[in-house]
Amino acid sequence: MAKITRKEFLAQDIVLLEIEAKRIASNAQVGQFVVLMPYETSERIPISLHNWDQIRGTIQIVFQIVGRTTSELSTLDVGDYIYTLLGPLGKPLELAEYGKVVCVGGGLGIPPIYNIAKGLKEKGNEVISIIGARTASLLILEELIREASDELITCTDDGSYGRKGFVTEALRDLLNTTKIDLVIAIGPVPMMEAVANLTRPMGIKTIVSLNPIMLDATGMCGVCRVKVGGQIKFACVDGPKFDGHEVDFADLRRRLAMYKEEEAKALEEWKARI
Amino acid sequence: MEGKDIERRIPIGERPPEERIKDFEEVCLGYTKEEAIAEAKRCLTCSRPLCVEGCPVGINIPAFISYIKEGNFPQALEEIKKKNLLPSICGRVCPSEYQCESKCVLGKIGAPIAIGALERAASDYGEENHLCEGNSPSHSVGRVAVIGSGPAGLTCAAELARSNIEVVVFEALHEFGGVLSYGIPSFRLPRRIIQKQIETLKAMGVKLEKNILVGRTIPFRDLLMKEKFQAVFIATGAGLPQLLGINGENLEGVYSANEYLTRVNLMRADQFPRYGTPIKRGKRVAVIGGGNVAIDAARVALRLSAEEVYIVYRRTEEEMPARRVEIEHAKEEGIKFLYLLSPIEIKGNGEKELVCKRMALLDERDASGRRKVRETEEIFNLKADVIIIAIGQKPNPLIPSLEPTLRRGKEGEIIVDEEMRTSLEAVWAGGDIASGAATVIMAMGMAKKAAESIKRYLGVT
Ligand SMILES: Cc1cc2nc3c(=O)[nH]c(=O)nc-3n(C[C@H](O)[C@H](O)[C@H](O)COP(=O)(O)OP(=O)(O)OC[C@H]3O[C@@H](n4cnc5c(N)ncnc54)[C@H](O)[C@@H]3O)c2cc1C
Ligand SMILES: Cc1cc2nc3c(=O)[nH]c(=O)nc-3n(C[C@H](O)[C@H](O)[C@H](O)COP(=O)(O)OP(=O)(O)OC[C@H]3O[C@@H](n4cnc5c(N)ncnc54)[C@H](O)[C@@H]3O)c2cc1C
Ligand code: SF4
Ligand code: FES
Repeated sequence: MAKITRKEFLAQDIVLLEIEAKRIASNAQVGQFVVLMPYETSERIPISLHNWDQIRGTIQIVFQIVGRTTSELSTLDVGDYIYTLLGPLGKPLELAEYGKVVCVGGGLGIPPIYNIAKGLKEKGNEVISIIGARTASLLILEELIREASDELITCTDDGSYGRKGFVTEALRDLLNTTKIDLVIAIGPVPMMEAVANLTRPMGIKTIVSLNPIMLDATGMCGVCRVKVGGQIKFACVDGPKFDGHEVDFADLRRRLAMYKEEEAKALEEWKARI
Repeated sequence: MEGKDIERRIPIGERPPEERIKDFEEVCLGYTKEEAIAEAKRCLTCSRPLCVEGCPVGINIPAFISYIKEGNFPQALEEIKKKNLLPSICGRVCPSEYQCESKCVLGKIGAPIAIGALERAASDYGEENHLCEGNSPSHSVGRVAVIGSGPAGLTCAAELARSNIEVVVFEALHEFGGVLSYGIPSFRLPRRIIQKQIETLKAMGVKLEKNILVGRTIPFRDLLMKEKFQAVFIATGAGLPQLLGINGENLEGVYSANEYLTRVNLMRADQFPRYGTPIKRGKRVAVIGGGNVAIDAARVALRLSAEEVYIVYRRTEEEMPARRVEIEHAKEEGIKFLYLLSPIEIKGNGEKELVCKRMALLDERDASGRRKVRETEEIFNLKADVIIIAIGQKPNPLIPSLEPTLRRGKEGEIIVDEEMRTSLEAVWAGGDIASGAATVIMAMGMAKKAAESIKRYLGVT
C-alpha cells in the first residue's frame, strides 16, 4: 500500500502522481520504472519514474489514461492508497561521460526523459533535449526539461507550439549540423523506430526504452520478451533500455497489440461497474 | 487385517472429473478420519522402516501413522512437525510415490501405504489444537533477512523464529508463497492452506514484507550493512522460464507456463473481466513438456473452458517427471497425451500450427536411467490456438547478476556447501535457487539445514 501525496492533471487525460515510497525513492536510478496495481482486482502495469525525492521519500510518475488500469489509477486521490507498488525496476541507464547527447521525448516519453537529461547533465554531458507532442496542450513538463538540459527544442505535430512537425524532423536537422555522440529516445514505438532508422546510417549510438506488455516485471514470466540483435531479452530485467539499432520493432508492435479485444472488454466492464 | 485386505489401499476421495473441470476447487478430497484410521492400520510399523529412508527430511513415518491408528490426529501432526513444518502443503504436493511410498515394504506385495494422504489427514484433522508453537519472540537473539517467500524462505523463517531469532521475509510479488501461490493451481493446493501457513508465521513473530525486490528495492549489500541484519538467506527460487528458441515463439497466444499460470493463480484471469488481467482462452490448447508444470498448465487450460487440451512430450509416459497421480487426474479429465514429439516451429496466427519432429525411442539410457530419444525426419503438425511452453525453469538470475562475487554454477544456481553457506560471508542460500528446479520438500530440507547453520553462526542453540 502506497499513499498518494499529490495529484495533478498536466493535460487532458495526463496525470502526475506523487507517491510515498521511501525505499523506491532512496534506491531509484536514472531510467528505471515501477509496476503497480491501483486495486486488488487490477492488472499490474509498468510506469516510468519521472522524478523522486530521497529526502521526502516520494516518487513521481506521469501516466496517460488509455484503458482500464490507467482509468482505475486516475480515480485515486490524494490520501488514497495504491494497492501494490513495486520498484525501482529495470537496469538503470549507465551515467557516463558520453559528450554531446540528444534526449528525445515524445508524448508520454517526456516525463522519463526528465531524470535522464538531468542525470546526464550532472555527469558533465552537454544535453540537448527535443520534446514533442501532437498539439500544444499535450506538450507537458516543458519548463522542467528546459532546466535539466543545456538546450531545448519543442515540436508539435500541428504546429500549435514550437516547431511544426515530428521530433524526428528536428532531430534530423540537428544531426545534420552538429556532431552528436549519443541519442536517447523514449516515446511511442513508431517514434523510437523512426529515430533508430534515422541514426543507424549515421552510426550514432541510439538507446531506446521499450514498453512491451509486462506482468510480474521481476523476470519470472517472459511476457515482456523482445528481440534485440536476434536474441530474446526480457525487457523488465534485461532492459527496458536497448540499442535501438538492434531492436525488432515489428515484433514489439505485434506483441503490444495482443490483447486489444480483451482490453476493450475490461474497460467496458469497469465502466459499467462504477 | 489379513489376506487381500492388506494389499489394497483405502481409496482416496476425489471429485468426479466432469464436475471438477468446471471450477478451481480442490480435486482430491483426502481421507475422512475413519478412512485414514483404516489405511493407517495397514501399516506394519516396521522396526527398520524403509519408508523413512525415502523421505528427504526423515519424518518418523511409522510413529505418526501409529498415532493415526489410535485416532490421535493432533499427536500425529506433532510427530510430523518435528521434521516438516508444512505438512498441509507437503501432504498435498509431495511426489510421495517417488519418495517414501516407493520404498514401503507393502509395495512388494501390493499397494504401499498412502503416506502422503495420511500426512494430509494428520494436518486436516490435527490442526485445531496447536499450529503455532511459541508466540512473538520475547527477546530477540539475532536478526536475519530471508529473501523470497516460497517453501524454502517460509521454512527457514519458521525454524529461526522458533529459536527467538528476529526474521524479516522480503517478497517481490504482492502475495506470499512463491510457486505455491503463483504456480501450483488452487485445485491442487487451495489458497487457504497457504494463507494459514503465512498467518502461523506471523503469529510466531516473523515479519513479512511484500513488494520488495531485493537487489532493486533494497540493494543486496544494504541488508548486512545499512539494515543491520546479521545473516541473509537467499531463497529466490528457479523462476526463469526456459523457451524453445524456435520460430513463432513470439506469436500471440504463445505463453511460458509461468506466465500462463501466474495470470490465473496470482492475477485471477479466470475471473476476467472483473479482474483486469486478460488471458487467451484457447479452444485447442497444446502444452509442451512433461513435468508437473506442464500438467498444471494443461489442467488450468481445461478449466478455462478449452475444448481440447494436448500434452506434447518428447519422450514417453514412463519418462515423464510429473507426479503419477496428476498424470492420472489429467487423463481422467480428458487431456490427451502425445508422446515422442519435439516442436521445431510455430506457424500462423490466431489458429496456429505446432510443427513437431517425431522422435524415436532408443534402447540406450542416459545418466538418469531414462531411455534416450533421437529425432527422425517424420513431421507431425498439431493445430492449436494457445500454446504453452513448460520445458523448465532456471534459477532466478537477479541477485547473482548484481553480486558477481556470489559463486554460481553452470545452470546459474548459487553454489553452497553442505551447510548451505554461499561464497559470501554471512550469506546462505537454499531451495530451487541453489538446487535448480526441484521440489517443495527438497527446498524445505535445504532451508532447515541453512537455519541450523545460521543458528550456530549466531551462537544460538
Ligand atoms: C517500462 C515501461 C514504462 C512505461 N512508462 C509509462 C509512463 O511513464 N506513462 C504512461 O502513461 N505509460 C507508460 N507505459 C505504458 C503503460 O504501462 C500502459 O499504458 C498501461 O499498461 C496501459 O494499461 P491500461 O489497462 O490502462 O490500458 P489497456 O487498454 O489495457 O492497454 C493499452 C495499451 O497499453 C499496453 N499495455 C496493456 N497492458 C499492459 C501491461 N500489463 N504492461 C505494459 N503495457 C501494457 C498495450 O499496448 C495496450 O494496447 C510504460 C510501459 C512500460 C513497459
Ligand atoms: C507449476 C509448478 C508445479 C509444481 N508442482 C510441484 C509439486 O507438485 N510437488 C513439488 O514438490 N514441487 C512442485 N513444484 C516445484 C516446487 O514448487 C519448487 O521446487 C519450490 O516451490 C521451490 O521453493 P523455493 O522456496 O526455493 O522457491 P519459490 O517457490 O520459487 O519461491 C521463490 C520466491 O522468491 C521470490 N523472489 C525472487 N527473487 C526475489 C528477490 N530478488 N527479492 C525478493 N523476492 C524474490 C519470488 O517472487 C518467489 O516468491 C512445482 C513448480 C511449479 C512451477
Ligand atoms: S515401510 Fe510402509 S509398512 Fe513399513 S513403516 Fe513405512 S509405511 Fe509402514
Ligand atoms: S514482465 Fe514477466 S518477465 Fe518481464
